[in-house]
Amino acid sequence: MLRSKLEPHANSIWHRLHIDLPLFLALLVLMGTGLVVIYSAGGKDMDLIIRQGIRLGVAISVMLVLAQIPPLAYRRLSIHFYVVGVLMLIAVLLIGTVGKGAQRWLDLGFMRFQPSEIMKLAVPMMVAWYISRFNLPPRIVNIVVGFLLMAIPTLLVAKQPDLGTSLLLASAGLFVLFLAGTSWKIIGTLAALASAFAPIMWMFLMQDYQKQRVLTFLNPESDPLGSGYHIIQSKIAIGSGGIQGKGWLQGTQSQLEFLPERHTDFIFSVFSEEFGFTGIVLLLILYGFIVVRGMIIAMRAQEAYSKLLAGSITLTFFIYVFVNMGMVSGLLPVVGVPLPLISYGGTSMVTLLAGFGILMGIGTQKRLLSRE
Amino acid sequence: MPPKRITIRDHTAEANLFARRTVIALLGIAALIVTLVSNLYYLQVTKYTDYQTRSNGNRIKVLPVAPNRGLIYDRNGLLLAENRPTFSLEVVPEQVEDLDSSLQRLRELLGLSEDDILDFREELKHHRRFRPVSLKARLTHEEVALFSAHQHKFPGISVEARLTRHYPYGETLTHLLGYVARINKKDLQKLVEAGQADNYAATYNIGKQGVEKFHESKLHGQVGYQEVEVNNQGRIIRTLKFQPPVPGEDLVLNVDVKLQQVIRDALQGFRGSVVALDPRNGGVLALYSNPSYNPNLFVHGISSKDYQKLLQSRDRPLINRATQGQYPPASTIKPHLALLGLEKGVITEETRMFDRGTYKLKNVERPWRDWKKWGHGWVDVKKSIEVSCDIFFYDLAYKTGIDNISEMMSQFGFGDYTGIDLYEESAANMPSRGWKRARYNEPWYIGDTISVGIGQSYWTTTPLQLAKSVTTLVNRGTRYVPQILRGHYSNNKLHLAAPKELQPIVLDSPDNWQVVLDAMYGTVNSDHGTARNAFKDTEYVSAGKTGTAQVISIGMDEEYDEETIADHHKDNAMYIGYAPFENPEIVVTVAMENAGGGSSQAAPIARKVMDYYFANKESGNYAAQ
Repeated sequence: MLRSKLEPHANSIWHRLHIDLPLFLALLVLMGTGLVVIYSAGGKDMDLIIRQGIRLGVAISVMLVLAQIPPLAYRRLSIHFYVVGVLMLIAVLLIGTVGKGAQRWLDLGFMRFQPSEIMKLAVPMMVAWYISRFNLPPRIVNIVVGFLLMAIPTLLVAKQPDLGTSLLLASAGLFVLFLAGTSWKIIGTLAALASAFAPIMWMFLMQDYQKQRVLTFLNPESDPLGSGYHIIQSKIAIGSGGIQGKGWLQGTQSQLEFLPERHTDFIFSVFSEEFGFTGIVLLLILYGFIVVRGMIIAMRAQEAYSKLLAGSITLTFFIYVFVNMGMVSGLLPVVGVPLPLISYGGTSMVTLLAGFGILMGIGTQKRLLSRE
Repeated sequence: MPPKRITIRDHTAEANLFARRTVIALLGIAALIVTLVSNLYYLQVTKYTDYQTRSNGNRIKVLPVAPNRGLIYDRNGLLLAENRPTFSLEVVPEQVEDLDSSLQRLRELLGLSEDDILDFREELKHHRRFRPVSLKARLTHEEVALFSAHQHKFPGISVEARLTRHYPYGETLTHLLGYVARINKKDLQKLVEAGQADNYAATYNIGKQGVEKFHESKLHGQVGYQEVEVNNQGRIIRTLKFQPPVPGEDLVLNVDVKLQQVIRDALQGFRGSVVALDPRNGGVLALYSNPSYNPNLFVHGISSKDYQKLLQSRDRPLINRATQGQYPPASTIKPHLALLGLEKGVITEETRMFDRGTYKLKNVERPWRDWKKWGHGWVDVKKSIEVSCDIFFYDLAYKTGIDNISEMMSQFGFGDYTGIDLYEESAANMPSRGWKRARYNEPWYIGDTISVGIGQSYWTTTPLQLAKSVTTLVNRGTRYVPQILRGHYSNNKLHLAAPKELQPIVLDSPDNWQVVLDAMYGTVNSDHGTARNAFKDTEYVSAGKTGTAQVISIGMDEEYDEETIADHHKDNAMYIGYAPFENPEIVVTVAMENAGGGSSQAAPIARKVMDYYFANKESGNYAAQ
């Protein structure tokens, strides 16, 4: 009864293709918006659009393929993914290729490969697999183990150093624990531990450039021509967009190159400058719709593993959005997190859409049990 | 339910737990979205105006555009000061990938010197990285061509053209035209005080001397503005607004540059100056001081070696001798004094005295001597001027008294600025009792008056003052301010500047003018006139007066011996003259330092000036206004 209301087209052609149509359409609109903004941010470079288009094609294909795989298959493979991923992360630290001042890449001969991307899916799969083996809410020992399963890859990635990705890995693991029903007492204790851990992280784990970013975040005007330049220019771009925006291709901050990293991490500044507050609200509604849709899929999933994984993927997706928008508008320090499905760039795009493929697979699985 | 046993999962309970957590998560997300939106609302709506201003500040720059400096022509339309494009090699440091390698390659290509590069590196420290810095000024056409062919190998380095002042006649006009040079701190301070700093925002050079300085406000024009959009590197993307500058006025001078050249050639080898005025309006036909120097050296910044050479030269080329040189007028002021004697009734046209070669006063031991040892015999006022008898004027001065002399000579303009349109001018000195008291705290002695009678003692004049006084003589009292500026062009039409007339000298008996002018006629045209040899067989009729000024005093018992006296102690040669005798059109003064006698040295040069003037008067533009 309830199900038929939520899912009126359960037997439609889309359902049989394992495509969640509302989600799929929302993703397409988002990616289309991305191309439009990249065209402006990249200085009307058609090559950039073509390359991004190809990546999108690849990523969508990956999504559609993964959507065909039943969630139970993922559950069985979770531990394998995870172990291989952790081993590769260790390999990266030992023999990885240095790029942009960090060791992130593994050269497989035929392609260069970022193992931390695999972990973005492997971590929530592993933690969800482990937690869902027991009754929910989890007992404290399970929570500790689940936390460790999250913490190991997170620290390995933080060591590369890649603060943005490690933040996303941590979020993915923690969301599983949260959705599984970890008691508020334990959440409070963890939060307290985290704040105690912060100074240790500052002193031993963070690189100089990361510390600099945090300091700049706290007071960007202290060094307007140096490290504070990016964030100041970004805020000027956003603020000068006003309610209406300056119009597509009309953003002076971006077109005249006052903005850094225009088509990648700072693309939201370009968007805000050209489409204004109105555009931002519409964009957030789109993102919000995707998140709500993802959470509906999670709630409707039948067994705990699928629920936890779908929920974690969806919430982590929102963390991308929040961290990116927060950092370019001066709410958060600048960590390298792209605006999902809008920023130019391949790897994160594939991972994101792979996640949505899993989500769609969960959403369109065959019902094994009746809830009534 | 025993805790250790695996129980059947309560799926409903788990689903409810999950749903509760989902709701909480969604509420958390809503809270985060509200945070984001509030912050974005703050940036885009509340602080919109601030950020819009900052955004415009980023991209919009207002660039001042220098007006083109007015050109300067001579009276015949010959260009005396022009604006020429000069090329310089400029570097935008930010856009150069490898500065060291670029400099090294440029060194090989254009033969840059070590000094060029050191200077550039020094300049570099004081510039923003996206502002162009000059690497080499004044490229030759060959260098421009050579660099242009290799331009693509030097990103961020380019050849820039700029208009720079150039004086095609070089040293011929330096003291008159002056020159422009880089605006320095002192100039800037003056511009700020005059409220002109904005008007000069894009201007490199400013008039430093001569006409360029005096008429700076006419020549400079009004600055224009260009509002441009720039990118993050400061490169101009497009022009948003353009308010064109108003170019300076094109000026026309009374000067005839060809006449100026004749004078320059005639004065080679001497320290001296020549002034030629049009007595009908005070127009300066020529004004030349020798030795001169090349004004173009200063436009691009003179090297300290060259500047030291000019500064330390014993000939002092930097001085404008025509307006700043202070000389005893010597016998050239005898006509003026004769006029005074006639007017005061001290002498008449018939007054005669016998000149034995010395002049003695009662109770004064020492006699005053005539330049002619044995005297001129019987002389009247006319002959005294023609032969330049000293004794007659000792007596005249003695009888007239310093107070009368001082008063009337001041009316002629001695001891005061002429008002010419040049700042480089000296007032020289017309002595008086009061002056001597103030200057030396001494009384005026009779002996001083007697020396004043032959234009010596404390009396000094500039050649320009002398020339101006002669125009007053020939105009019979009408006085004009000497003016270099003739007018300006606007809309292709010449607008003449009005002559500046001064309070005239009015005599009780105006006939006295003619007596003096006739005597000056005699100087040139009578058998015994001191200038008769210099002006033999001229096509025109001229009049004048010679002068030979002692530079050091010679003891009464000593003989003046040209052979043994040091060059710098030789007499100054002076001459004043005008022509035609009836309705004069040109007044000429010549002053030559340590050149010897006025009749032998100065008068021939005055003749060359007049010869040229009358030979070319038909083709030249000499008509009175």
